[in-house]
Amino acid sequence: MSKFIPAPWWSLFLLGFWLLLQNKVSFGTLLLGLILAILIPMYTLRARDYRTTLHKPLLAVQYFFILLADIIVSNFNIAAIILTPRKRIQPALIEFPLDISGSVPITILASTISLTPGTISAELGRDGRSLLIHGLNVQDPEATVQQIKHRYERRLKEIFQC
Amino acid sequence: MTNLPLWADLLISFVIVLGASFAFIGSLGLLRLPDFMARLHAPTKSTTLGVGGVIIGSMLYFSITDSLSLHELLIAIFLFLTAPISAHLLAKAGLHLELELTRNTQDLRKKPEQYSDKDS
Repeated sequence: MSKFIPAPWWSLFLLGFWLLLQNKVSFGTLLLGLILAILIPMYTLRARDYRTTLHKPLLAVQYFFILLADIIVSNFNIAAIILTPRKRIQPALIEFPLDISGSVPITILASTISLTPGTISAELGRDGRSLLIHGLNVQDPEATVQQIKHRYERRLKEIFQC
Repeated sequence: MTNLPLWADLLISFVIVLGASFAFIGSLGLLRLPDFMARLHAPTKSTTLGVGGVIIGSMLYFSITDSLSLHELLIAIFLFLTAPISAHLLAKAGLHLELELTRNTQDLRKKPEQYSDKDS
């Protein structure tokens, strides 16, 4: 973007972060926060070896809320599995072919998989084209892969255009 | 001690007890689930709502008694950032050490060499 705010979303995040740390909004905290939000990205931008652009910020917000709801569902899910006595579970190691590229989107997808119901990402393939997922209770591996593709990967692809 | 209205009392107690229950269930999962990979699922998932409940309780309490308090949200942000990454690293370590999995685990890897550090 401009020379002074090279990474606007990052600056906004830092400002929000600073205000949360201070736990109050006043002229002083806002001013210092703004200065930090401009200086820190300017100084550290050279250290970032990846470029990621957020193409659809609104979709990112939607993604966040979907994720939040799924995390809550996943908590109840796992609690049910733990509390049901002697329930037979069917764990599986599944390969997930990646359609997206770039370190930031893949990291977000892997984290999403770990936070959502029944799956944990265990390893990125050597060629970076697939993820290995451990599912706690998988009846239909293909359906699991399709669900992740449809629900998360498709959205990430749109958000980052990668 | 400040006096809270009854509804606030009930609401705050509810979220804190909910959070604590999930934290407990997560720990119980460590004990009950069959193998390393399955055990990982319990703490990574249950802690988010476990800590989340306690955080919401704290936010409500301090917002009602004092002034608006949101800096507990930072804990949630850090947790969302770190929980999946630590889970990923633990799973990765377990995978590379080839820890034994329960017998009914289906291994659907088509190209296992992609996820191994052995030179093929």
